[in-house]
Amino acid sequence: MTQPSQVQFQVMWNRLISVVEEQAQALVRTAFSTSVREAGDLSAGVYDTQGQMLAQAVTGTPGHVNAMADAVAHFMRRIGVDTMAEGDVYITNDPWEGTGHLHDITIVTPSFHQGNFVGFFACTAHIVDIGGRGFGADAQSVYEEGLYIPIMRFIDQGTVDDTLVRIIRANVREPDQLIGDIYALATCNDIGHRRLVEMMTEFGLADLNGIADFILTNSRRATLERINALAQGSAHGEMVIDGFDTPVTLRVRVDIEQDRILTDWDGTSGLDKKGINVPLVYTKAYACYALKCAIAPDIPNNAASLAPFAITAPLNSIVNAVHPAPVALRHVIGHFVPDTVYAALDQLLPNLVPAEGAGCLCNFQVSLRPRTDAPAPPHARRSEVLTFNSGGSGARPGLDGMNATAFPSGVMTMPVEATENAGPVIIWRKELRPDSGGAGRQRGGLGQYMNVGAQDGHEFDIQAMFDRVHHPARGRQGGADGGPTTIALDDGTPMNGKGKQFVPHGRIVEMAFPGGAGYGLAADRDAAQVRKDLAGGYITRDAAIRDFAMTAADADDVIARAKRGEVF
Amino acid sequence: MADTPIRLGADIGGTFTDVVIEGPFGQQSTKVLTTYDAPENAIIEGMHRVCAAAGIVPSSITQIIHGTTLATNALIERRGAKTALITTQGFRDVIEMRTESRFEQYDLNLTLPDPLLPRNFRYTVKERLQADGKVLVDINRAEVEALVDEIRDAGFESVAVGLLHAYVNDTHEQVVADVLAERAPDIMVSLSSEVSPQMREYERFNTTIANAYIKPQMKSYLGRLRQRLAGDGADCPIFLMHSGGGIISLENAADFPVRLVESGPAGGAVFAANIAARHGIDKVLSFDMGGTTAKICLIKNQTPKTARVFEVARTYRFKKGSGMPISIPVIDMVEIGAGGGSLAHVDALRQIRVGPESAGSEPGPACYGRGGDRPAVTDADLVLGKLDPANFAAGTIPLHPETSKSALMEHLGRPLGMDPAEAAFGVAEVVDENMANAARVHAVENGEDLSEYTMIAFGGAAPLHAGRLCEKLGIDRLLVPTGAGVGSAIGFLRAPFSFEANRTRYMQLKGFDAQAVKSILKELQDEATAFVRTCDADAPILSEVKCYMRYAGQGWEIPVPLTAEQAANPDADTLLQLFETEYAALFSRTVAGMDVEITVWSVNATTPPADVTPAKAVGATQAVPTHGVRDLFDPATGTVTQAVETKRADYSAGFSVEGPAVITEEETTVIVPSSRRAKALADATIELVLK
Repeated sequence: MTQPSQVQFQVMWNRLISVVEEQAQALVRTAFSTSVREAGDLSAGVYDTQGQMLAQAVTGTPGHVNAMADAVAHFMRRIGVDTMAEGDVYITNDPWEGTGHLHDITIVTPSFHQGNFVGFFACTAHIVDIGGRGFGADAQSVYEEGLYIPIMRFIDQGTVDDTLVRIIRANVREPDQLIGDIYALATCNDIGHRRLVEMMTEFGLADLNGIADFILTNSRRATLERINALAQGSAHGEMVIDGFDTPVTLRVRVDIEQDRILTDWDGTSGLDKKGINVPLVYTKAYACYALKCAIAPDIPNNAASLAPFAITAPLNSIVNAVHPAPVALRHVIGHFVPDTVYAALDQLLPNLVPAEGAGCLCNFQVSLRPRTDAPAPPHARRSEVLTFNSGGSGARPGLDGMNATAFPSGVMTMPVEATENAGPVIIWRKELRPDSGGAGRQRGGLGQYMNVGAQDGHEFDIQAMFDRVHHPARGRQGGADGGPTTIALDDGTPMNGKGKQFVPHGRIVEMAFPGGAGYGLAADRDAAQVRKDLAGGYITRDAAIRDFAMTAADADDVIARAKRGEVF
Repeated sequence: MADTPIRLGADIGGTFTDVVIEGPFGQQSTKVLTTYDAPENAIIEGMHRVCAAAGIVPSSITQIIHGTTLATNALIERRGAKTALITTQGFRDVIEMRTESRFEQYDLNLTLPDPLLPRNFRYTVKERLQADGKVLVDINRAEVEALVDEIRDAGFESVAVGLLHAYVNDTHEQVVADVLAERAPDIMVSLSSEVSPQMREYERFNTTIANAYIKPQMKSYLGRLRQRLAGDGADCPIFLMHSGGGIISLENAADFPVRLVESGPAGGAVFAANIAARHGIDKVLSFDMGGTTAKICLIKNQTPKTARVFEVARTYRFKKGSGMPISIPVIDMVEIGAGGGSLAHVDALRQIRVGPESAGSEPGPACYGRGGDRPAVTDADLVLGKLDPANFAAGTIPLHPETSKSALMEHLGRPLGMDPAEAAFGVAEVVDENMANAARVHAVENGEDLSEYTMIAFGGAAPLHAGRLCEKLGIDRLLVPTGAGVGSAIGFLRAPFSFEANRTRYMQLKGFDAQAVKSILKELQDEATAFVRTCDADAPILSEVKCYMRYAGQGWEIPVPLTAEQAANPDADTLLQLFETEYAALFSRTVAGMDVEITVWSVNATTPPADVTPAKAVGATQAVPTHGVRDLFDPATGTVTQAVETKRADYSAGFSVEGPAVITEEETTVIVPSSRRAKALADATIELVLK
């Protein structure tokens, strides 16, 4: 075929996006870690021979966006392109050359068509254990956080590196699961490769140069058009959050310039002693995600559409941690990057971005074991159960926040029935938390209640990874703050928002996850919306009267009508 | 009188109600506009029409088989009964919290779909089961009684009961059902342990609520339908098509109306499966394209692929996750927003996008000349020469190519610097590529290689696009059967009586308990058989047994079919071997040294498939008469070709034509691309093969 037409290039671009979606789907179906298969914590992409990302699957993890875009270049440099051969598969979990912590495994496969090297497939997944201290913030340095696999060959021209496999197996708690996941990652690249070759055959392509140029040129032009349509300017945003032992300040300056937007994190807190530090690549991913959502949501991610979003941060600030800082829970801080960027962007582009939300996912891991305070029944067993949960998102200029819905992360929760089948844990409660959405013209999304205990005969440790205990989401344009995180035992014993804590036999941990903040003055809220919130119990009678100026008589009337089955 | 069966099939669709009758006189069919206020009216009218055409009276009809989109529409349009949910304390918001994620990652103004029931319609009761079914907190009858009184007094017509882990132990749900029967006998009840006894509370509760929500309406409709038909003489048994591709009795359908969702498209898949059987084809991709959507289904060994869960009422550009999950046995189809009415536009990247927004029938595509000014797929088809402007819909709707051209120019050509023909090429290529991508992904998910498949195309717009789709998918053979316009209703007449029963019950192969397996399968077998027996007391019943298996630790099960012999004497080694074979077929390699587990068991009881008369082979071929030539754009080469015009009515068995060609008929046009030749088979099906 001669030079393909514009229409044919468009068809090929659509095809490449479909190819990476298939690649990601194959990973979900074959993975072993709950984080990948249930929650969708993964990403997949296709690259040209220069290592430029051409297409990426839209998955649950914006944090992988730029990290993935940059990763392949590191592989090319470390492995050496001239040594790459058909049948090779490369691996790493380097936090700085991969996606931000040792718990993400990245696999890269070079793609060959008719004997010629034509590009790469790469994919990343969050695995449940990599050895070390386990998934938590307790390490003092990355050396304690688990096995560190530098960029290297996993499969050399079809032959798996058995030495590497044995070293991995010997260093992790769930070796079968991890090796299974590594194979799943390799398989998903294979599937992408197969589809790519079919496409190249169909269109008679010998290389990806033409289509790469088409994708990158169009994406660059469209992104720059969006940026240059904005008024240029500069603004600061700041947010203080709990951190581990001491509060963390995130501070950013957003500069909208000709052809680029820069986020500069000067003034942000330094490294934390605990593993909540963030490699720059992960900060960049979430900053870029926030900006793309606001100004160019419909432009697919690739090297050219990401390039105009620049970042700089002081070395060894908490958002630019370098080796050997501990980084296992980098998501806890990283998930607050978008709200910080929006604090600045709201001043430059009013009425566009939401109020602050719950921010980081409300995840916890429980380690169950037979009770030790008294003889345990014979059926009692050890088990590790990880859950992903969400608080409320911030209210938008024209819409309420979303109840118990993740933002900026996009991962899914696990069904309670599936969790209880995975280990002897009992989730006694998982439902919306009234009054936790910040009041406002638009109300913040509600957080949720979650109560967790164990089956008879068990005690457990809970590894908490919560923020917003002392720093709830702040409202915008006069909107009220969202409800803060709370956590305690059912006998009233207080607990901490972060860290591993013991729960004796028979006790239940009672948690309330944070709500999103409100937008605009509560007094301006549509009265029908207030009645609807009260009828559904999203707000209580007290809040309706206190925050939304409803009279007691009206409130009682609404409650009585709701009880009679009226629709509001 | 009833010695020779006379069977009537009726499919209520969004626009038309299709009625087909078959008997000793052959086949007659008609299309009547759907009558939303009283859907039974269209069936009655259609019945009288086809009876008149067949020269019989309604009282000689021996069996009526019905499928309908009414259940689906009630869910999409939220026109169900006033329904309450009773659930476990602490879990009032399961259907509202969904998966706690956003189905579109980059939209800051995303709106999540409202749950089927508002929050004040969702009640809780103190009770709790453990994952193994053990009671942790007993249910208190007095508390349930007070709750039921409150629900009754609030005027609810229907109640869904969804308690945690009720799929392993239904005793607490039964207590609630007892109290409801005792204190509120007029309220209809749906239990999650009966509607969908499968693990995963969001799917199970939502399915149960959907069932409760449409139950009063469907029960009343089905009752009226039976009366009206009897009143007009058709006093014969009435059966309903279900989403799994079989038929059930009217009484069962009224109890479990959620099983009727997607019954129309299921009829289409059965229709295609029957054509496949007639021609002895084992691997078929069915392609059904109408005005707003296209549906694609894999049919292996003349049996459509089935699944256990699907999504209805997607609210956001057909995006996965934006609808509600329904877990019932269903024919596994991909549905995308691509039809003749799908509208095209240019996005920020200066790329042409098509659908899912549709011009509908009013104002319709620009070429209808009824005020539509945005270009639709039909406009592109017209400009590319695929449609004859004077003979669309048998000449009842004159088409205006100039209006199509100006709409294409205005919305695509000008911004992209293309002429109308290139813009039309772009629209057709984009919509064909969208459908091809959907088919490819579906095939990969099922571990299938489409190049070994034959396509069967039906629905008004399918024959226009099927040839190009085959080129894109590397499919060599395409069949366009007769009766394609009423394919679903014909499919109803080919469907067996069937019912699939499912149960979640975990079992690892290393702790395999053959006795327990036998008893689970027996239970399922009895349940499924009982349903089929309400339809037919004597017919032989075949059983298909499947278990859903995975490596312990994975989240995605794959279906593993067992033979009758394997199901009767279950053993772990055989199951392991079957699982590994299926797994390797899907994902290239197995994973050594991992435990394997079974999560869901399933038995489908069915009467034997309809008898099929194999299509005879066609002898010598001869050229069909032609009626001139027209310009036809060939997307494979990007050039305009001279296509010969032919009429389907002229095609006797063995008549053929070389592409490029068009074959016009009353309801549609078959496009024969340059790469293909077409031939009429013995049953008047048109076959397209690679030259």
